[in-house]
Amino acid sequence: MMQMRTTSTTGRREDVEQSTTSLDSRRRALRARRLRRGWVALALVVPAALVYVVFVLRPLLLTFQFSFYDWNGVGPSTWVGVENYTRLFGDPEMLGSIVNALQLIVYFSFVPVLLGLLTAATIRKMATSHLAIVSRTVLFLPQVIPLVAAGIMWTWLMSSDGLVNEILRAVGLGAFTKAWLGDFDTALPAVGVIGAWVALGLCMLLLLAGMTKIDPSLYEAARIDGAGAAREFFSITLPSLRQEIGVCVTVTVIAALASFDIVYISTQGGPGNSTLVPGLEIYYLAFFSREIGQASALAVAFMVLVLAIILPIQRLSRESD
Amino acid sequence: MIVSRRETWLGRVLLLLLMLVTLVPFVTLFITALHPPGSYPSGLTLPETPHWSNFVDAFQAANMGALLWSSVLIELGVVPLALVIATLAGFSLGHLRPPGHKWIFLVFVLGLTLPFQGVIVPLYFQMRDFGLLNTRWAIILPLLGLYMPFAVMWMRAHFVNMPQELSEAARIDGAGTWQLFSRIHVPLSAPALSSLGILLFLWTWNQFLLAVVLVDDPTKRTMAGALGAFQGQWGTDIPLLCAGSLLILTPTLIVFLAFQRQFVAALMQGAVKG
Repeated sequence: MMQMRTTSTTGRREDVEQSTTSLDSRRRALRARRLRRGWVALALVVPAALVYVVFVLRPLLLTFQFSFYDWNGVGPSTWVGVENYTRLFGDPEMLGSIVNALQLIVYFSFVPVLLGLLTAATIRKMATSHLAIVSRTVLFLPQVIPLVAAGIMWTWLMSSDGLVNEILRAVGLGAFTKAWLGDFDTALPAVGVIGAWVALGLCMLLLLAGMTKIDPSLYEAARIDGAGAAREFFSITLPSLRQEIGVCVTVTVIAALASFDIVYISTQGGPGNSTLVPGLEIYYLAFFSREIGQASALAVAFMVLVLAIILPIQRLSRESD
Repeated sequence: MIVSRRETWLGRVLLLLLMLVTLVPFVTLFITALHPPGSYPSGLTLPETPHWSNFVDAFQAANMGALLWSSVLIELGVVPLALVIATLAGFSLGHLRPPGHKWIFLVFVLGLTLPFQGVIVPLYFQMRDFGLLNTRWAIILPLLGLYMPFAVMWMRAHFVNMPQELSEAARIDGAGTWQLFSRIHVPLSAPALSSLGILLFLWTWNQFLLAVVLVDDPTKRTMAGALGAFQGQWGTDIPLLCAGSLLILTPTLIVFLAFQRQFVAALMQGAVKG
């Protein structure tokens, strides 16, 4: 491309007088080079595409395939059609795991996003104070450690002799103490608290970054017009943060639906099946009950569910662009 | 900006409260780790004499040296290779744009929201057929594939944003595609590469599901996977478990505090792009 421009600037006149054959040959050479560059470019994608195809796309297709079979992982497999799916929709344990994951969205997503909005809105007003700077580092810590470690910490905190119950006893609420992760009514919310603790820092920092991009003159104008802090928040801050909120919700909802580490460590799905989530149920079905077909059917339904929830959120938050 | 005093004051209280809630679990973990092994310390009571030996015991019980080495090997297998192949693909799809580049990119993006649980069952059998179960390759190879949607998208976004004039100037000077890539684009990609590298390091270190399913031997797992096994084995000895957890999460904290600025930027960009 560049060569063409250089020749045309050196002599526009010669260009016109050039014979058609040389123009043709040059065009052909150019096309050949572009083609060669195209092959080089495609070759550069090959390594990434190879690992992606072998370790993601192929397993993905196999999950679909397995879901129509009855297989214990070693012996012969038999085609059963959609039987695994019909069983899935009639089974309280598997359906319950999906319901639990949906409930976890409240704790993993709504709580950190709302709390993050509130905190970010307050920090914005004291952006350069020492406290604000220190708190950014501190609130981010749970994002960095393994979820497994977060699970172990909180399992200990919420055990019957843990700190949570100690505090309740100290303030005279001893009647409310219980083994939070071992109680049918409180186990799922207790798992949710761990997720909220992990997600808060990320949400807050993302929303804060979004807020610093808002034009300060908007706030000045609002104050002059006599708007209070609440009015200011709902009329200026919230609408401007549409995209950041979308990101927070997407990330945390995926974390809720795909939760595995925290539940595996803190409750293993119990007591009963009160904290069973699809990720854990797939693991149990495939590697303990050896029902590969059934586990795969649940995995397919689970992935469809994730897409069905994430895609509308993405669309809503990107609409404004 | 006009801010009332009451608002500032309320903001401070809120921040302090949240910081307290964030830090208390870490502090509890630390204090509990100093109690006599096998005991059930309650709440935040300090031990009469701190049992620093718990850390040594946990280090030995968990075979921490071997665990660290295993994690390092897995990181070395995943991060540099993922960076190289994602950079090549990102350069191609973002800069050279061969015919069909939009479709290829779309296929990569498809994998972005894919939870690992969706492919873990076939992955197990695939690894068994490859004869790689219970080796570190069983974690390294799938992670490379699973990181590709994000890593390729990240690097492509970087190369798309590079000014076209830069490459044109290099082409005039007679640079071929390889020289253009190695002399111009790679040196200018250092910030994007280091952010991606930090993210991949952290995700690999904390990877749990693949480690639990594909590798039985804790000394061949990632750190998070090893911690899961440690909990299974020593779950009843609370002080020892706390000491072990602290030992395993400390490296991530050190990396975080050392590269804090890049770290936060990387994780936030990562969230936005993902």
